[in-house]
Amino acid sequence: MELIVQGIIKAFELIISFDPEVMGITWLSLKISGTATFISLFFGVSIGAGVALTDFPGKRIVISLINTGMGLPPVVVGLFVTIMIWRSGPLGFLEILYTPYAMIIAQAIIATPIVMGISLASIQSLPANLRLQILSLGASRLQMAWILIKESKLPLLAAVMAGFGGVISEVGASIMVGGNIKGYSRVLTTATVMETGRGNFDIAIALGIILLILAFLVNLLLTHIQQRQRLR
Amino acid sequence: MNPILTVHNLIVRRGGVTVLDINELKVETSRILALIGPNGAGKSTLLLTMAGLLKPSMGLIHYQGMSVDSSASRFNMRRSVCVVFQEPLLLNTSVYKNVALGLKLRHLTGSEIERSVEESLDYFGISFLAKRSAKTLSGGESKRVSLARAFALKPQLILLDEAFNSLDPPTRETLIDDLRNILEKTKITAVLALHDREETLRLAQDVSVMAEGRIIQSGTTAKIFNEPESEFVASFVGTETILEGTVENSNADLLGISVAGKIIEAVGNYLPGQNVYCCLRPENITVSPVIPEKISARNVFEAKIQKIIRQAFFYKMILDCGFPLVAYITVSSCEDLGLCEGSMVAVSFKATAVHVMRREK
Repeated sequence: MELIVQGIIKAFELIISFDPEVMGITWLSLKISGTATFISLFFGVSIGAGVALTDFPGKRIVISLINTGMGLPPVVVGLFVTIMIWRSGPLGFLEILYTPYAMIIAQAIIATPIVMGISLASIQSLPANLRLQILSLGASRLQMAWILIKESKLPLLAAVMAGFGGVISEVGASIMVGGNIKGYSRVLTTATVMETGRGNFDIAIALGIILLILAFLVNLLLTHIQQRQRLR
Repeated sequence: MNPILTVHNLIVRRGGVTVLDINELKVETSRILALIGPNGAGKSTLLLTMAGLLKPSMGLIHYQGMSVDSSASRFNMRRSVCVVFQEPLLLNTSVYKNVALGLKLRHLTGSEIERSVEESLDYFGISFLAKRSAKTLSGGESKRVSLARAFALKPQLILLDEAFNSLDPPTRETLIDDLRNILEKTKITAVLALHDREETLRLAQDVSVMAEGRIIQSGTTAKIFNEPESEFVASFVGTETILEGTVENSNADLLGISVAGKIIEAVGNYLPGQNVYCCLRPENITVSPVIPEKISARNVFEAKIQKIIRQAFFYKMILDCGFPLVAYITVSSCEDLGLCEGSMVAVSFKATAVHVMRREK
């Protein structure tokens, strides 16, 4: 019990004093996961909308694959990305293993199916005749897709939340492809794992609390936007 | 007259099933055509095909004299033809932005958009709604916004799918009147899919009756309602009484048709022995408590009132004169004459009120 209380006190000391190392780790986590979510939004929404708006043979299988991808185990992604960017791997020439770039790639791969699945479902849940109505008002197919994406912005905000929440709290892939290098590729989750392993529970608790606060703040912001949209 | 759109040998198949099979349909410029028929007759599918939103499996569509047979030609047609669906399908934004949507897609300037949106909102009497969120509108208001959105584009041809469905009667009444006035004023050619005969009579100049994906009969509204060519059309346009008979004698256009042992006099060009249908519209039947002594109507029968059914503004009376007959009678006539179920009355109708149709069996 004492361990936990001490840990929490120490954690707040670290947070309130803006401990440079802790702040550095937090900032890096936000940058990596934010960039990965942004990338996943681009691919996820465009592919999700594309699948929702076109009819092709095997569409159901594709949708099942996307839905399966929403629960992609981060360690599997980590393994796959590591093999790809390993020195002798197909993308080895990029020399990005154990860099933040590798972490962004891995996290984007984890978040993309989540964003894709939610975009797909939200566009499919719009009234079937809405796209015909928009086309009939003179839209090209691209204009129609854009209007539908804008129309489902509320569920898409949920997709952003789910995607960001998924990657900021993910540890397996980050540690595998990022290497947890101090000051370079050490993020909140990988640092928490390391400090816990070392028995530095106070720092681990501090990092855990920051992670929770971060997740809470991001979701608070997005929920605020979402609710304001809903009330408009 | 010059048709704005023609359809020839059009076939639409879905999942191997033919859902539309139209030999010919012409939409005349600046006229209002109603497609009427029961649910599942293919009216909506035909509208979608005519709007260039659904590619037909076979057949030709000509719009303003040009064949519509490629994606590009369909896209061009979509820029001057607009469909309004049954459900309002508004975007989650303000009424103004909804009405401006199609204009924005055409990259018009801000002032052009403003002018067209304001004009169209004014047409439908909803200028006061411009700043409201589309989400907060009532059913009638949403419908008006979706119509205003289409009319703002000043299309050459507008296609309305069941425009008055799911509206309460007063809302529906005023919308029908407004729409008729707007169509008259703008001279926009319109095709309306309807299943209500009253709406058809109030709005349409031409009618095509559809069933099972086919057009059964086309013509002016008066022709369709007064001279249906088949039993199906007759019953759909509200000819309540359709009797099977055989021509007994034919004398200088005046026919004697035997129906259930009685002779009905009618006009037409049929030969004795031919099997026919006698169609009678309920508003053409006169009911009196006693047999009138002198009357120009050629057909007078004794009848028993079997049932009196209250309609919105009148009574529908089901009579038995040896054959069934349906008559409409105003509430005051019914009360003045003291008519009730079971009373014996005389019914009369003119020979010219009987519409005779050939019967194959």
